[in-house]
Formats: sequence, structure tokens, C-alpha cells
Amino acid sequence: MRLLTGNDLKTGAVTWWTGSDWSIHVEDAADVTGSEDETARREEAARRVNAPYAIDAEMQDGVPRPTHIKERVRTLGPTVRPDLTLKPAEPDLGNWVI
Amino acid sequence: MYKYDQYDQAMVDARVEEFRDQARRRLEGKLTEDQFKPLRLMNGLYLQLHAYMLRVAIPYGTLDSRQMHALADIADKYDRGYGHFTTRQNIQYNWIKLEDAADILADLSKVEMHAIQTSGNCIRNISSDHFAGAAADEVVDPRPYAELLRQWSSFHPEFSYLPRKFKIAVIASDTDRAAMRLHDIGINIVRNDAGELGAAFYVGGGMGRTPMIAPCINDFVPLDRLVTYAEACLRVYNRYGRRDNKYKARIKILVHELGAEEYTRQVEEEFTLLLDQGVEPPFAELERVRTFFEDPLFEADASPDIDRSDPDFALWVDRNTVAHKADGYVSAVISLKPVGGIPGDATAEQMRLMADLAKDYSFDELRVMHTQNIVLPHVRKADLHALWTALDEAGLGAPNLDTVEDIIACPGLDYCSLANARSIPVAQRISERFAKTGKTETLGQLKLKISGCINACGHHHAGHIGILGVDRKGVENYQLLLGGSEAEDVSLAKITGPGFDEHGIVDAVETVTTVYEREREDGERFLDTYRRIGMNPFKEALYG
Repeated sequence: MRLLTGNDLKTGAVTWWTGSDWSIHVEDAADVTGSEDETARREEAARRVNAPYAIDAEMQDGVPRPTHIKERVRTLGPTVRPDLTLKPAEPDLGNWVI
Repeated sequence: MYKYDQYDQAMVDARVEEFRDQARRRLEGKLTEDQFKPLRLMNGLYLQLHAYMLRVAIPYGTLDSRQMHALADIADKYDRGYGHFTTRQNIQYNWIKLEDAADILADLSKVEMHAIQTSGNCIRNISSDHFAGAAADEVVDPRPYAELLRQWSSFHPEFSYLPRKFKIAVIASDTDRAAMRLHDIGINIVRNDAGELGAAFYVGGGMGRTPMIAPCINDFVPLDRLVTYAEACLRVYNRYGRRDNKYKARIKILVHELGAEEYTRQVEEEFTLLLDQGVEPPFAELERVRTFFEDPLFEADASPDIDRSDPDFALWVDRNTVAHKADGYVSAVISLKPVGGIPGDATAEQMRLMADLAKDYSFDELRVMHTQNIVLPHVRKADLHALWTALDEAGLGAPNLDTVEDIIACPGLDYCSLANARSIPVAQRISERFAKTGKTETLGQLKLKISGCINACGHHHAGHIGILGVDRKGVENYQLLLGGSEAEDVSLAKITGPGFDEHGIVDAVETVTTVYEREREDGERFLDTYRRIGMNPFKEALYG
């Protein structure tokens, strides 16, 4: 599957295209296979998100998991500061990233 | 230390307001990212993996307690309570919001700081010896010359769009504590046989994907021609440096391709042309700048004695203090490398404590080391125990300067959008391993440097042991390098062979230290043993 991601214009936070809006949670991401270029162009023009781009991912336990480690680090936050990740109460998520 | 005059302050304040307007237009959708990106980068604002990142310049690594307090306040008010001290003596904040960026720059301006020229293809923050003005072995304090070059290079219209970024380091001793020959221009202030001061120019060094050691192109430029000679070096580069390929655009490539002799000839020709064009600031300006760097009032009768009855304190004194030019004083290094910690990170509370201790014990001065530690440059020996006690209670008393635990590590894939692999976790595991085995002490000086990509912000080429993280089909892999040095015995490290995974690289580092322990002769550092016996014994131990 393909996911569309970028960084929020105001905060710089990692954000995912849900099909109708942007979310900071990858669980909300929609499969944009076939429409990624058009959606990226439209959202770039709307100027809410910096330079959106599409990545490869696969479904794992009902949650999209980016294929590349860099995108998985982006998804949650720095592996060395679990307290600053999106889910600080779930330290085992490091295994999901690595 | 240097204080802004009305011109400095007016320039910085004007830039803040200019950026405020640019950021507003971006937020209102009137500028595209392509239009805005070069504008934000000119003000040190990057977009990294998780958020905007702001890099703040700390000229030649020198700051006072008021400035360190301001950095702490920014960490608390606009970031997540911490900052990261970098390998170019700057500080970075990792969680900045675009809507706050102009306010942060305004707060910095109030304490004579900014983020100008911390990015982009311009002359970056000038770095220097972190013991400048304190070192027992320096010819002269190099910071007035660094400051003069800072003023010359700030907003220099001709050098705002160079082929590539440009980094300058200035030192003034035979001991190189600033990786001087691994800069685009390295300047060493020297004294000739007649007792006159001059500047030795080394041009065309650098790390990155094509590491090179800068050759000396002129061993004595009179100091009243310092800026003119630097201008000539830049002019030749600006004219002939490659703009068609960013990977071949640094000055080191130009010097290498032309040859040092031909590059020097062109610089000398340009220098001659420039001599009567009024490039050099009046010598009185250097004299004015110099007055800001006069010695503090050291006590003439400061006690040379240190009570070493506490063994933990004695160990810290042995490892983390450095000889000072004034009797009864030392420079004290505050390690930002606790075992298992993140190299270079400091919380806002730690920054405030360091600021307060600088005020109490070091004439209100701090320095940022390119090795990501902090220096209190002028501490009375009599005050060391009180200083260490306060540091130790705050988790800042690690006695590990220049040991295997004192690791340089770039932010790596945990933060940086350019990185291919994580650096910080490798540093954490290595420091934990050696602290656990108790070998840190017996290994002595061992400089270990880790980069998460080929851009080499973690100086892996210059590590006695270097580690380079690479992406191997989407999996982190780590190459091991041996034999580098960024000091006066500068050399570039060589790769041992096939890389290792995240766990294997920690074992590999331990393996090469075991070879060193087996092979070393009296008084040899790891680097000395490597240079004597060569790579093969290490390769055999690593790969069989």
C-alpha cells in the first residue's frame, strides 16, 4: 500500500493523509495507491503541509507500517526519547519501529 | 567577551523583523515552501524528521551565563525542555513551531545571539579552541581574530551564495583542539622568529563524503592582512568552485583538482589585487575587538593545591580539568556524556545550573566544545570541589573527558532527515558496555566518533575509532573505521571491512580495544598502537 505523508506547516509535525484530512496518527492513514500524485499536488497547493510525498507501507495487525525504517522513526518519534514519542506509555513500540 | 555595538544589534534586530514577515507570509499561504525554504534556512530553521529544528550560532563557542539562561528559557518555552550542543559549537532545538520561530529569534537578539548563517551556502559560524584565552600553551587568544572574521563574514554580499557551505576555524597553539585542518579554512595564529604574530592558512580540508586534510598554503600572513587574505581565498573559490554538482562543490575539491600549488598561486594573485582596495578593516578595529577578550582579574595568589582525599573527585580532576595559563586555575570540562546518555543533550535545568556555576566559579564564561561538552574556562583550583559537587548532584559529573565514553555522535536517524542510521543508540550502548566492563580507565585516551550518514557531522573520519551508519537495503548497518585524528597529528580513519549490525558494532568496538590492550607498548594511546602495528591485527580479530 502507499501512504501520503508530510510535515504540518505550522508545527512541523509528521502528518498522514486520511483520505479527507491530515492526521498525526499513522493508524488513520489511507491507502492512496494510484492517487498519490494528484492528492500530493492538491494538498501542496492548499499549503497546510510541507512537501507531501508518498511512501510504501504494509498492513500489520490492522495498522499501516511504513516499509522503511526512516518513515517508522518519523511515525512515532525519536527511539532514544520514548517520553517524547506519540505514545510514551507504550515503550514496546520501539520494536515496531526497529 | 565581545559585546554587540549599535550596528551589530541593529543588523540582528532588522533580520528578526524581516524573518517575522517572511514566516507570516508563509503561514498565510502567500509563499510556497520552495520560496520559503531558502529564507528559513538563512535563519537556521531546518525541517527535520519530527518538526522544525532551529540551529543557534554560538560564535567560537563562547557564551556567558545570561546567554546560557536564555538558551534554557527557549528550551522550556518553545521546545521540549532540552537542547543539543553540536559538533560545531552551536546548539540545536528539535521541536520548534514555525509560528514561534520569529519570537525565538527576538528572544535571542535580546542576549546578543542569533541563528544567521547557521545554514545555507555561506560562511558559517566561526569555530575556535574551546580553551581559548585560558590554555597554557596558546600563543595568543585566537578569539579576537575569530570575531573579526565573524564580522567580515556576516552578511558578506559576495559570499552569501557560495558554491557550498563554508566553515572556518581559528586556533593559536600547536595543539589543535578545533579540528582546524578539517575545515574549509583553518587558521593558526603563530609567532615567527622575529616575535611577530601572523596567521598560517590551511585551505581545503573537510570531512563529509570526500574527507581531506587541508594543506598549508601560506605559513605566515601578517595579521594586518588577515581579512584580505581570507577574502582572496574565498574569491578564488567563489569564482571557480563547482556549482554543477553539490557533491563536488566544497573548496576541498577545488584545491584538490587545481592542486594546492596552483590554488595558492591564484590566491596570492588575488591577494595582491585586493591589497589596495580597502578590504582590511582598520587595525584599530582589531584593537577594539581585542579589548573584549582581555583576561579576567585572576588572583595572583590563588592556591595551587587541590584536596584529593575524595577519590571520585580526584578522578574527575584528573580526567576533566586542563592546565590553565594562570597559576592556581584550571579549565574544567562538564561532560554531557553520562553513561547511556545522549551525547550533547542538556536539559534546561542543566543549562541553568551550568550558567550559574559559570557565574560563581568561572568569571561568567562558558564554552561549547566541538566534542559536545561544556567548558568553564577559568576555575580556581580551590573552587573545584564545590563545583564538582554541584555538577555531580545534577548528573553532570561524569569523569570521562577524551575516554571511550566521551563519544561524539550526530543526531542520526532519530532526528535528522539526511541520516541513514541511528547514531545515538550506538553511542549509548558503547558507553554502557565500557562502563560495565570497567575498561574505560585502562584504555586511556580513545576518541570515538559516530556519524549517521556520509555527511560526517559526527566526525567519524577523525575518530581513533570511527563509526559510520549506512542504509543497507532499508536496514541500519555500521562501518567501523580506525586511525583517524582531528588533532595536530591529523589523519583520516580507514574502514576495517564489512559492516556490522546495531549489536555487532558494539562487540566490534570492544574487539578492537582488546587488540589494543594486547599489543600496546608503554605509554601508547590506541591511536599510537594502531599507527605502529597497522590495520591487519585488528582485521584478523574482527573477521578471522
